[in-house]
Amino acid sequence: MYPAKFEYVRASSSAEAIRMIQDSEDAKFIAGGHSLLPLMKFRMATPSLLVDIGRLSELSYVREDGNEIAIGALTRHCDVERSELLRRSVPILAHVAGQVGDPQVRHRGTIGGSTAHGDGASDLPAALLALDATFVAEGPSGRRELPAREFFRGFLETALGEDELLTEIRVPKAITTWSFQKFNRRAQDWAIVGVAAVRSDTTKVALVNMGSSPLRATGTEAALGEGASAPEAALRAAEGIDPPSDLNASADFRRHLASVLVRRALEEMNI
Amino acid sequence: MPGSILGTSVRRVEDPALLRGDGTFIDNMHFEDLGHLVFVRSPLAHAKILSINTDLAAKAPGVLGVFCADDLNIPDHHAFFALNEAVKRPPLARGTVRFVGDAVVAIVASSKAAALDAAELVEIDYEELPPVISMEDALDPRLEPHTPSTDSNIAAGYRDPQGDSVLEDAEVVVRARIENQRIAVVPMEGNAILVVPPRGNDHYRATVYVSTQMPHAVAGLLGGIFSVEPSSIHVIAPHVGGAFGGKAGVTAEHSVVYAAALKLDRPVKWVETRSENLIAMPHGRGQIQYVELGLRRDGTFTGLRCRMIGDAGAYGGFGGGLVLGSTRSMSQGVYRIPRISYDGVAVFTNTTPMGAFRGAGRPEAAAFLERIIDIAADELDIDPIEIRRKNLLKDVSFPFTTVVGTVYDIGDYAKALDRLIELSSYEDLRKEQQERRQRNDRYQLGIGVSVYVEVTAGGGATEYSSVEVTPEGGAIIKVGTSGHGQGHATSFSMIVSELLGIPIEKIQFVQSDTAAVPRGGGTGGSRSLQIGGSAVRGATEAVLEKAKLLASNLLEAAEEDIVVAESGDGLSVAGVPSSTVTWAQLASEERKRGNLLEATFDFSQASATFPFGAHLSSVLVDLETGKVTPRSHIAVDDCGRVLNPMIVQGQQHGGIAQGVAQALWEQYVYDEFGNPLTSTLAEYAMPSAAELPSFNATNVETPTPLNALGAKGIGESGTIGSMPAVHNAVVDALSYLGVRHIEMPCTPQRVWEAIGKAERGESTIPWSDPPKAFEILPLRGQATESDAASVDV
Ligand SMILES: Cc1cc2nc3c(=O)[nH]c(=O)nc-3n(C[C@H](O)[C@H](O)[C@H](O)COP(=O)(O)OP(=O)(O)OC[C@H]3O[C@@H](n4cnc5c(N)ncnc54)[C@H](O)[C@@H]3O)c2cc1C
Repeated sequence: MYPAKFEYVRASSSAEAIRMIQDSEDAKFIAGGHSLLPLMKFRMATPSLLVDIGRLSELSYVREDGNEIAIGALTRHCDVERSELLRRSVPILAHVAGQVGDPQVRHRGTIGGSTAHGDGASDLPAALLALDATFVAEGPSGRRELPAREFFRGFLETALGEDELLTEIRVPKAITTWSFQKFNRRAQDWAIVGVAAVRSDTTKVALVNMGSSPLRATGTEAALGEGASAPEAALRAAEGIDPPSDLNASADFRRHLASVLVRRALEEMNI
Repeated sequence: MPGSILGTSVRRVEDPALLRGDGTFIDNMHFEDLGHLVFVRSPLAHAKILSINTDLAAKAPGVLGVFCADDLNIPDHHAFFALNEAVKRPPLARGTVRFVGDAVVAIVASSKAAALDAAELVEIDYEELPPVISMEDALDPRLEPHTPSTDSNIAAGYRDPQGDSVLEDAEVVVRARIENQRIAVVPMEGNAILVVPPRGNDHYRATVYVSTQMPHAVAGLLGGIFSVEPSSIHVIAPHVGGAFGGKAGVTAEHSVVYAAALKLDRPVKWVETRSENLIAMPHGRGQIQYVELGLRRDGTFTGLRCRMIGDAGAYGGFGGGLVLGSTRSMSQGVYRIPRISYDGVAVFTNTTPMGAFRGAGRPEAAAFLERIIDIAADELDIDPIEIRRKNLLKDVSFPFTTVVGTVYDIGDYAKALDRLIELSSYEDLRKEQQERRQRNDRYQLGIGVSVYVEVTAGGGATEYSSVEVTPEGGAIIKVGTSGHGQGHATSFSMIVSELLGIPIEKIQFVQSDTAAVPRGGGTGGSRSLQIGGSAVRGATEAVLEKAKLLASNLLEAAEEDIVVAESGDGLSVAGVPSSTVTWAQLASEERKRGNLLEATFDFSQASATFPFGAHLSSVLVDLETGKVTPRSHIAVDDCGRVLNPMIVQGQQHGGIAQGVAQALWEQYVYDEFGNPLTSTLAEYAMPSAAELPSFNATNVETPTPLNALGAKGIGESGTIGSMPAVHNAVVDALSYLGVRHIEMPCTPQRVWEAIGKAERGESTIPWSDPPKAFEILPLRGQATESDAASVDV
């Protein structure tokens, strides 16, 4: 398959990108292209204009900012994976970035692209959801900050406006333990089910590929809050969740996997 | 002369060019005026074509030609062997499409992009027809026949008269309906062809560059389709990026490109995309096997009843015929089975046509036999190795004729199994398994064994070669096989070097060009070394004889005193090293007399050879998630005398990987409407190195008496031996829970479901009465023999 016809421009600054995106009604930013191009090839996305933000090096960074780590939206997965700062302060993110696809994918894909794409099957969005990350967006009407729990809205749908550029992702440093469980058939595959769990004052658990967007395992979180043991809390991992069925797993098997993986995550965190 | 080069791991001479990116693949070839062809394919599994509108496409920029069936008028044809003579495929669909991917329109444009853009503009109106997707549905008499030329969806089939009587004296009968799932071939390079019409004073009708296993067969088949002399078509296979059985014959796409190039009178190229490859290249395997094994309580086999369905896909792909051919001929395996009744039927479905994949019918045989034996072992509580030992063919004299009439050249099955047990520390593995079970480990160890025999160089076992010694003192080998990664240039040069003393670096290797090599059978069915290598050996011996005669003249000595010089460069009088004439001198001398110092040889082997072996696989099964992780794999494969151990191991490794892949990961899946659900490599789960354990691939050597090299095939053995070993290992890990069978691929969900069933006390062995259609098949021998039953690729 190959994409429908489209125009292409390359932005040299985020301000220019935000200007360019308004030039056409169904324009889209393209960062690493590793989610957008497959969609375009299947004609599931047919943007008339691509605004390439791939070379905005000003948005590629990982730095300390008070109690948080700020990550530029254009930071590639491989740079998140290798960031010394993240490995020290928020190791789960570095680890999860290293679990995405294969080395080629990690050298192209960006954390901002993965987030803005909002795919429920993606690894980083679930980790960011568990971390209660904050997303910084800039658009024609200014800058706003969006908490992760309000960001992911549904199938490939986020709180970002059409003409808003995701510029930065902020995560808290105060994580004591964490676990990431990615269940797949082949090393390079997407997760059939994944679990990202972190502990600061409370334990937060997010699920990969259990719905159309990344989800918090609210049943498990509530159970833990009520003092349940890890195995008991894990049994409630899929509470209120209606997981998809596909070639790799039926909805039932996904529910089962979710509780197994949540239990393993909690065990690994000594909860 | 230094010690023999045979049996040493000579590095592959063909690799440097490939590693440096100097390969010549069709997509890299450019011609002036080149037209790029793309196909518009059916999105529906079965539909009537109401109308095709190509007006806009024809006017699109860069378009050179737009063709529907009637524009090219290519006769319907088989791609390779005929499964059902009456059913051929129209290369471009005529009135009806019969699978998702069926080619309907071909567009040629000055660039691939222009052709793709134009393809978007073609409008086709379809009226959907009910599709037949599953093999068992195809046997339902109420469902519409697949083609107007047949009265049922049965493409070919037969039954044995014995039927149930083969199980009469059994004390125990175990039975299972086993699926050997459809898989895709997925060579790294898909299909590709470039056809160049005659230019200048070129006397060929066309020069065809094609990614194929069998260039001479391409010339023959194209000649047949277009009613022209095969020798008038020049076929060249440049570098071929893998084939595995998928590049045998002339597909619909090939004949369309050929016709389009001649019609447009310009070079036309078609290179399959990956998405196209997964729906268009013939698939492999695809059998449903109703198997019943009769035994005495002590584990002795008394009889085997098989009722087997083979999926032929649309238009009766030849791969559907394997169920009637090698799956039956190998159904006795390495065991004493006194009686076998085998019914087989190949059916049309609205799916991608079936072809061959590494092993072609033999892995399907080994798989069902080794699986049902393990089911029996579990039922009778006998160790899987013990039950095999008890029933192995031993103390038989070779050639040995099996109950189904197959003649095994030579074998020593116990030797392979003994060696395997020696290498595997079998008892230690069983001990570890016990320990894991006792401590309720989350990860259970499974140990699987298979002992197999297969058939290589089955069909048409003749091959051409010529060997010439050049005035530069080197040699040129020409051979009719068509290597594409197997290491022929190295192996065959070793044979020449061994006999003539000419170093490998000075040997030139010519293959895969019908103008340079007058005839050839190509590469398939693990035939190349034993048949092609033997031809090379024959030609080398003949040229040596010629050279000796010449040398005896030049050196004034008796011919029988002439030997290859100690130095390796030329011939000398035995015991008189000073009396030597070099190869360069000999060849120059012969040239002066107006001849080449060359000999040709056509080798034919009296019958097929039967490589065999034993594999042991161990896997860890995660009881909670059902995920299987292969831990170790040991292969003892007997391909006769080993010429180059490194090349043999390479074949074993690739074969094992593909067998493990089928056991654990790969399956080509359609939904009920015939939509492929695994049409990208994201869904079609080919493993990578990360998923596979390190292989321990070794050999025992039982040379075949059928050729002077003592060589049998090794290309497919790894796949045949490994798949059942891994499959058995998965079930073995869970047998203590009551699990008896899991269908391939043993995916996490299937493993999890099997554990659940066993826990609930339900049977995990699928069985139902085989379809009624088996009862009305003609008796074997009375049925029209299907050509495809004798396929060997
Ligand atoms: C073979 C393969 C395997 C993969 N495996 C995995 C896996 O295992 N796990 C996983 O999580 N992911 C996986 N991915 C997806 C990968 O992580 C993608 O790179 C990532 O999801 C998207 O990032 P990108 O920079 O490529 O985004 P793009 O594809 O460029 O963009 C994606 C979407 O986000 C928008 N966008 C991008 N950047 C911004 C921004 N700064 N502001 C606003 N909108 C923006 C685009 O307009 C587009 O709609 C895989 C991809 C491939 C091709």
